[in-house]
Amino acid sequence: MNFEDEPVPGYPLPILPGHTSPGRFERVLRAGQFAVTSELAPPDSADPEDVLRRARVFHGYVDAINATDGSGANCHMSSLAVCALLTRVGYAPIMQISCRDKNRIAIQGDILGGAAMGVCNILCLTGDGVNAGDHPQALPVFDLDSMTLLTTARTLRDEHRFLSGRKITFAPRVLLGAAENPFTPPAQWRAQRLAKKVAAGAQFIQTQYCYDVPLLKAFMRQVEDLGLLDKVFILVGVGPLRSAKAAEWMRTHVPGLHIPDPVIERMAGATDGAREGRNLCIDLIQEIRAVPGVSGIHLMAYRQEESVAEIIDRSGVLAGRVPWYPGRDRAASEGIPSAGDRAASEGIPTVGDRAASEEIPSGGDPETNSNRKVS
Amino acid sequence: MYAVRQWSVRHARGLNAFYRGFEATLAALHPFWKLIGYRRLERPVAVVERSVKGLLFDCKMCGQCVLSSTGMSCPMNCPKNLRNGPCGGVRANGCCEVRPEMKCVWVQAIAGSERIPGGADALSNVQAAVDRRLQGRSSWLRVARERAGEPE
Repeated sequence: MNFEDEPVPGYPLPILPGHTSPGRFERVLRAGQFAVTSELAPPDSADPEDVLRRARVFHGYVDAINATDGSGANCHMSSLAVCALLTRVGYAPIMQISCRDKNRIAIQGDILGGAAMGVCNILCLTGDGVNAGDHPQALPVFDLDSMTLLTTARTLRDEHRFLSGRKITFAPRVLLGAAENPFTPPAQWRAQRLAKKVAAGAQFIQTQYCYDVPLLKAFMRQVEDLGLLDKVFILVGVGPLRSAKAAEWMRTHVPGLHIPDPVIERMAGATDGAREGRNLCIDLIQEIRAVPGVSGIHLMAYRQEESVAEIIDRSGVLAGRVPWYPGRDRAASEGIPSAGDRAASEGIPTVGDRAASEEIPSGGDPETNSNRKVS
Repeated sequence: MYAVRQWSVRHARGLNAFYRGFEATLAALHPFWKLIGYRRLERPVAVVERSVKGLLFDCKMCGQCVLSSTGMSCPMNCPKNLRNGPCGGVRANGCCEVRPEMKCVWVQAIAGSERIPGGADALSNVQAAVDRRLQGRSSWLRVARERAGEPE
């Protein structure tokens, strides 16, 4: 999306009435566009280029990039640093903050620091336990939980003070998000928990991987009954499976991940597992888009980040829209090939015969890519 | 003890009713506590509280008890100290992601709350961040003092 009052791409936008952040992601959501976010796996490296290279694969396909905070309790470059690198170039990162590694003093400092560097979106998470990762001998902090982290961030933003009551002179202007998992017990309480997160300050939600659309629909109905749909934007988590074996492993080893049997069977029946995983992901995205109340998708393609462009392209969810990326507007005016074209020329499959034969709207086809609006 | 803790959740209704009466008695005895001195009482009462609640709930003596709002399932037994509901990692069988042999304390809390009148409403209150200074101190005395409006 391009905004008339955007002075320099990536610089803070004026905050519109009813908005809390100067960011593009909030603009896209509040404009009612179907939003797409993805996740950048932070490198095990101190090289900034490793971050920027990982961000480039998303060019033109995502509205915001999640910078994970030691996800799975594994050590990587910090989310704050990844965000600092991303905002320098103008990307719209979603800074994930987990409660596992930092107490409330460190977390509040990071919120101020992140906002100062141009972070407009913060995702408040509890985080995995330390025994899930590569440093099980570490001290789990959990001074706050996701709920009190939300209230803390909101206190900083809206009341211009720390939890201690001490005043801050310039409040962080951020959109606050939280996670939810509608697919795990206690199922009957998940929508209520979401209500609680909204009450604590959540303005957008990114869910766990969804492989069960009927379950999502039941959850969304509960969310609607609780009157939450006009208070929070819900982005549903999706991701390509790599093979039936990987799917089976994930559902037995990743707590909170629900993959129904038919999904495993479909994967098992395919000759090319990775390709079937992408096809399945596209089918899921299209089903999810039709679920009332869903504001977007959060595509987590761990170690398959290069497939994000193809999946988004073929799913057609952007409906011709090209989210901002560094150099987008120059590319559009000079007729430089878009990210999709580039993927096609590099031999990355962007559209299969399947997509064409099923008449999936918009652009996987390199030719229709040029029709994608820069707006 | 885990088995006793589960018993307590099954008997959340009775325990909650008992606690209501107990708390009222504690509060009524405020002049008495004040006479002896809250500071002097702190250690012996904390010892009693730790043994009683330790037996019944595996109490961790956070000093700011919310058992009545959590269906008599102590949230400090959650490996992530979650005081506002379950995390996203609850296993399909309702067990904890960090300690698979243990039922999720929040699955238990929801079950317990359904047995307490108004318990489901109490669950939706957003609990404030824990004050770590109160660790090891008596919740009972704090409640008695606060109900009497006595400053610390």
